[in-house]
Amino acid sequence: MPSIISVDNLSKTYPGSKTPAVDGVSFEVEQGDVFAFLGPNGAGKTTTIKILTTLLHPSSGTVRINGHDPQHDQDAARRSFGIVFQDPSLDDELTAIENMDIHGVLYHVPKELGRKRTEELLKVVELWDRRNDYVKQFSGGMKRRLEIARGLLHHPKVLFLDEPTIGLDPQTRNHLWSYVDRLNKEEGITVFLTTHYMEEAEKVARHIAVIDHGKIVGQGTSKELQEQTKTATLEEAFLALTGHEIREEEAGALDQMRMHRRMFTRR
Amino acid sequence: MNTIYILWLRQLKRTIRSKSRIIGSLGQPLLFLVALGFGLGPMFQKAGGGNYIEFLAPGIMAMSILFTAIFSGIEIIWDRQFGFLKETLVAPVPRLQIMIGRTLGGATVATIQGIIIFLITLLVGFRPASWAMLPMALVFVILIALLFTALGTAIASVLEDFHGFQLIMNFLVMPLFFLSGALFPLDNLPSVLAIIVKVDPLSFGVDGLRGSLTGLSQFGLSLDLTVLTILTALLMVIGSWLFSKIEA
Repeated sequence: MPSIISVDNLSKTYPGSKTPAVDGVSFEVEQGDVFAFLGPNGAGKTTTIKILTTLLHPSSGTVRINGHDPQHDQDAARRSFGIVFQDPSLDDELTAIENMDIHGVLYHVPKELGRKRTEELLKVVELWDRRNDYVKQFSGGMKRRLEIARGLLHHPKVLFLDEPTIGLDPQTRNHLWSYVDRLNKEEGITVFLTTHYMEEAEKVARHIAVIDHGKIVGQGTSKELQEQTKTATLEEAFLALTGHEIREEEAGALDQMRMHRRMFTRR
Repeated sequence: MNTIYILWLRQLKRTIRSKSRIIGSLGQPLLFLVALGFGLGPMFQKAGGGNYIEFLAPGIMAMSILFTAIFSGIEIIWDRQFGFLKETLVAPVPRLQIMIGRTLGGATVATIQGIIIFLITLLVGFRPASWAMLPMALVFVILIALLFTALGTAIASVLEDFHGFQLIMNFLVMPLFFLSGALFPLDNLPSVLAIIVKVDPLSFGVDGLRGSLTGLSQFGLSLDLTVLTILTALLMVIGSWLFSKIEA
């Protein structure tokens, strides 16, 4: 199967920093795959994803999404993927269907087609009968489901999921993965996900790459990684590849804002 | 074009749907109007300034427009991490269209706010000197709204979190407001303040608004109009440029 995402010797050093956040990372994702991108906090995961999703420019290296360069062929790259961010990016004061409509306009989906797909997708994620409710009334799980539906409205080839099940209860998590699985098998959508939940990654992902300190430290199927590290589960393999130490992190502005959000919103 | 329209519409829907926000944002201007107007009124009149409510009303309108406009620009900071902005940044649409849609939407909301305050001043006893000049007043309302929404957007594009926000509010927005002639006449100020006043874009807005509504203008309506138009255009350009540089 051809690669739908290819990353070759990607590097990124943030201005003002001496060490690269991403250092010569290379990997390929086959079309139709479910690919898990794992790594400890601060490993370079988020930076890589931002580069893949046109939100950041690389310092060097080549990236292709569906054959397009996210840096120089931005719009074509953007049309090729949908993304569910770690923090919600819905408009709470609009209804579910209004959020879908705006996405349709932003992605140049013709109105009629958009309406039809909206109905299909909302039914897949079981939100069709809540379509006229304000998103602020939705639970975390419902919002995540809506974001998945929205991310697929323009029928992209790739769906990026950044920590999609964080904070969700087991039933919702289970449902979410079953939708994603269905969309992957029936529509052939490539799924690129990051998560800290190793059991989930093990269950859902077919191929895995582990990044640490800006470099890829392991790649392959879960079994291959376990064989490589002589361990019995993906979690143990991950710990073997990245070490057992807790990563020193500074609470950034983002963490503070997340705290604020938790204090000031009801859900 | 569709993009601009839908983002404009979104700003409007958000405001109309939040009744508590609308009423809340009317509170401060109303308070200023009533407390200062009736509190300082007699003194102002005695000092030869004339009817203070008449002087104050355009200033209070400008106040509400200023704050509403800046806030809708600043909303971007929150939106950037938690909201809707990321969805727009990742979409295959030019940043310029996103910025224009948001700015026009924010400015429309600020304009509506200004008009509501105007209606409230009528309730409190204010009467415009000439009803025929109302369209001109509206022009000034719109210009002030656009200028400060663009300014808010420009600032928000550069700030990444709310820490700078406090500084901006206290050291930029408040001085802009207090030294604009909204609350007191600008003649006979000590030279330092006089300079700041000349540099404050809101001074021209307030003067133009006051000129259209009461006939009293210090700088002349054409000067006000020219300065405001140029500044608004400039800020929209700067705002779009900064906005396009956002890396989420």
